Amino acid sequence: MHIDHLLAGILRAGAAVAALVMLLILFFLLYESWPVLTELSVFRFVTDTSWHPLERAYNLMPMLSGTLLASMGALMLAVPLGMASALFIVFFAPTHLATLYGRLIELLAGIPSVVFGFWGLTTLVPLINEWHPPGASLLAGILVLTLMILPMITLTAYTALAAVPEELFRNAAALGLSRWGMISGVALPAARTGITAGIILAAARALGETMAVLMVAGNVVQYPESIFDPIRTLAANIALEMAYAMGDHRAVLFVSGLLLMLLVMALSAVAGLLEKHHHA
Amino acid sequence: MFRKNSYLLICLILLSGVAAGLVLLSTAPASAATQRLVLTGSSTVAPLVSEIARRFESLYPGVRIDVQAGGSSRGINDVRKGVADIGMVSRALKPDEDDLRAFTIALDGISLIVHASNPVVSLSKQQVVSIFTGNVMRWSAVGGPDTRITVVNKAEGRSTLELFLDYFQLKNSMIKPHIIIGDNAQGIKTVAGNRNAIGYVSIGAAEYETRRGMPVRLLALDGAAASISNIQNGNFPLLRPLNLVISHEPQDLARQFLTFAQSPQVRDLVKAQYFVPVDAH
Repeated sequence: MHIDHLLAGILRAGAAVAALVMLLILFFLLYESWPVLTELSVFRFVTDTSWHPLERAYNLMPMLSGTLLASMGALMLAVPLGMASALFIVFFAPTHLATLYGRLIELLAGIPSVVFGFWGLTTLVPLINEWHPPGASLLAGILVLTLMILPMITLTAYTALAAVPEELFRNAAALGLSRWGMISGVALPAARTGITAGIILAAARALGETMAVLMVAGNVVQYPESIFDPIRTLAANIALEMAYAMGDHRAVLFVSGLLLMLLVMALSAVAGLLEKHHHA
Repeated sequence: MFRKNSYLLICLILLSGVAAGLVLLSTAPASAATQRLVLTGSSTVAPLVSEIARRFESLYPGVRIDVQAGGSSRGINDVRKGVADIGMVSRALKPDEDDLRAFTIALDGISLIVHASNPVVSLSKQQVVSIFTGNVMRWSAVGGPDTRITVVNKAEGRSTLELFLDYFQLKNSMIKPHIIIGDNAQGIKTVAGNRNAIGYVSIGAAEYETRRGMPVRLLALDGAAASISNIQNGNFPLLRPLNLVISHEPQDLARQFLTFAQSPQVRDLVKAQYFVPVDAH
């Protein structure tokens, strides 16, 4: 009894710390961006001519669109590929190949993002440049992000699929379902929550990824007209300019951080809604 | 399976314990050192000052010098706030910065760089302005192949950008870049990976990388080659002093370091970074 009380106390304290850290970060971002939030009208972040903080032009929208486009592009590539890999491991690959393939994907998940960025800068960008200059582009950003979130989606989908109870499959087999019928009718619906959670996590990672994107996406603040145009993401903007920024410039960078955080919060809210909808 | 995992976990915990111990050990002598000097500022000056600081530390045991790169504006800001003892600034001080005193330790130029395979060797001031503002879009207009030019610009807040804009009398909003980069190293790698790119970086950094086989070439500006000797005799127009700045009368240690950084004892370090020693000017 005594040990249960102790455990509960420790766990409560741990949970409180985790929640507090989150609140502190939010508070800190608000505190640092407060000078410009009160001084400038919020509309300036939407209506200014462009992003030239030293000339007092603070439009964040091109970078918001760049962030969203890069993440959505990466998700569009990584979700089908990741699902295919996971289904392959669980249902189609012979055991030894599945193990090997799983290990390979785990390894891919462990590669630091800066390595992807370096590879992108020295190999991928020159390659795209030969095809359609300038090379550093939305496309390069999407491809690097895809490589980074692909193992995440594969591993979470694999775990969710592997957790589907064996008897469901036996029942499906007894009903004479084909392999595809079993996957689409039994496995995917049963694993849906886990798979969705993995995709949401991957999306959050794509939105916040900094170094790799900074190195390959070109960082020009603009609305891209094609996937060969360079873009700048909100996270890259902070990394690129924070060390050199002072005064209002610095505060506006905290506003971009705040915007990024709101984006991730919106994403997790959507995830919550989806789940509720599914259970109802 | 479970046993294997818990074994791994124990190994990890042990490892992190050892790592923490090592960190403690390595910081312990530092906290025992009585004198400490903090320098922050320009990322162009920082590598040189790090070398100078290392030599200074070996001459004066018990002194510990922290060098942190973060841009010239950060250097000025930190010195004013008293966060740093000395700021590193890769440009001359502005009129509204007359509360600070600058000590020039070396000279550096800013050079335009292109890929080594690009046949263009020199550009006039007017041609550079046309290229960077997007009026000239193809290399053929300035004597190169018929390919699209990729303009590489620096991120806002960097003093290299400030000096570049100032010299060519441009505003950053007039420049039509295709790629925006952070520090010199990223700029050189970007140009080395793109045959059609043009960028501008510190001559010291560019020279250092080309000697190590990076396929980039420094362009002559208005006929003056971007060379160490042209910086020395003042023929190269895009020139800047690399300064150490202080806000008030320096303490003994800071004064000692400033004198040391300007002395002939560090001239070989300045030359090794392809900067120009100031007393040779």
